[in-house]
Amino acid sequence: MVNLALAWAEQYQKDHPDVEIAVTGGGSGTGIAALINNSVDIANASRAIKKEEIADAEKQGVTPVEFIVARDAIGIIVHPSNPVSQLTRQQLSDIYSGKINNWKELGGEDRPIVRLSRESNSGTHVYFLEQVVRLGDSNNKTMFSADTLLLPSSEGIVSEIRQNPNAIGYDGLGYIPKDLKIIAVAKNPGEPYVLPSIATVNDKTYPIARDLYMYTPNQPSGAIKDYLDWILAGEAQAIVAQQGFVPIKPGP
Amino acid sequence: MENNISWREFTITRIVRAAGYSAIGFVLLIFFFLLREGLPALTEVSVLDLLTTRWYPTEGFFGLLPLITGSLIVTLGAAMVAVPFGIGTAIFISEISPRWMREFLKPVVEILGGLPSVMLGFLGILIFAPDLRVMLSLPTGLSALTGSLLLGAIAIPTVVSVSEDALDAIPRAYREGAWALGATRWQTIWRVTLPAARSGVLTAVMLGIGRAIGETMTVMMVTGNAPIMAVYLRALISPVRTMTATIAAEMGEVATGSVHYHVLFFIGIVLFVVSLVVNITASALIFRQRKRSERILS
Repeated sequence: MVNLALAWAEQYQKDHPDVEIAVTGGGSGTGIAALINNSVDIANASRAIKKEEIADAEKQGVTPVEFIVARDAIGIIVHPSNPVSQLTRQQLSDIYSGKINNWKELGGEDRPIVRLSRESNSGTHVYFLEQVVRLGDSNNKTMFSADTLLLPSSEGIVSEIRQNPNAIGYDGLGYIPKDLKIIAVAKNPGEPYVLPSIATVNDKTYPIARDLYMYTPNQPSGAIKDYLDWILAGEAQAIVAQQGFVPIKPGP
Repeated sequence: MENNISWREFTITRIVRAAGYSAIGFVLLIFFFLLREGLPALTEVSVLDLLTTRWYPTEGFFGLLPLITGSLIVTLGAAMVAVPFGIGTAIFISEISPRWMREFLKPVVEILGGLPSVMLGFLGILIFAPDLRVMLSLPTGLSALTGSLLLGAIAIPTVVSVSEDALDAIPRAYREGAWALGATRWQTIWRVTLPAARSGVLTAVMLGIGRAIGETMTVMMVTGNAPIMAVYLRALISPVRTMTATIAAEMGEVATGSVHYHVLFFIGIVLFVVSLVVNITASALIFRQRKRSERILS
């Protein structure tokens, strides 16, 4: 979410020169940890705050307040020469947990599958684990296979997939450049395969979509409240679409 | 006049002594801080759990063995690159190359040593990893091999500088004696000069290895960070996860005082102890070397 937060901050500071906004990255885990320590005004997160984190925050005297500020689709990306174009969630879960190891088991070429993922401090990683590897079932304890490559940034995933036909990876739609191939995903076997886009996220047909959050320590007031109100309005949501994410309400 | 000089002597001695003690003091402070934050990991996660083979902290798996073996295999690979190339370059610079080439090569090697490791990591992702994947038909180029090659490249300037100084310090008399007995240039280097400079060369290798173990950014970018157990030789061409990359990647997201936080500091302690062991071994070897050469010369 750091690109989106930066784009918002830049636009807002242009419109309101007396306000100063500093944005730092580090993953959802970092943001929420800072929120718990009460060292930030707003924490961006691409996953919902966990119960244990809320408990930790309250121990420090902080009550997190949640705002849904945008939506995102997780796109599954492969090398453009890869013949596989559609997968079910179950197949994705089997790929990432280590049950399927060769592309030929999915109708592709005889190549080993190289799984790419973000590091565990990323909200994208946690969301993917819960909704795809574990199929949304909170009692499912399947884990990423131990040989999943955990790359420190979206850029790392993109540059590896761009030149490695064995690789499969995932990332938020806003970070996927146009030259990579996106896989159509079906929620369950037998259901239609859907490609991610603004339309399919908002009408809930794309199965791997998530909300993007901003958390404040306690109810926001003053300049912070003004900034959040601005974000939830039309102009900021147009920036959301520009960045490749999905606005929570249609344009201005 | 005399009082003035002795007063200055007094102050300068005290300042220099304080600087020396402060160096020891900083290291001790760092060590105590590591212990304070890292030892609780031994009580929160039992020692047996720390020695398992699965590292997945978000689900409570704190097995350190994949990380330790990952660091070891990358460091060993780096040593296999840095030792032959580093010592070879040092021998070339000090024994074989003409004077004008030496004046040019030494500064160039020093400049190579100043390259930021992030830049090498960048070159690794964009050029090295894809080319290695194609050349060796690997599933992915992000592996321990790429990491070792780049770490070797980072360690080479250290090895070259210190070895070259050690070789230079050998008195000319050693070489002249060998030539007088009819030895060829290579026989002199391999059987007389290099063994005589053994302690300095060993120190150089230890320093290079120490540099490789502690390297973070490069390995984080090119080794793939997959926590597999790197025990067989085939692990060299598979992705690995080092201790340093783990700390760098995960420290930002841990809540202060949590179990994960303590385990990360425990990894820091392990790294610290490994560096300490490497340095103490190097010093012990030099000490024994010196004692032996003192006996021979006396």
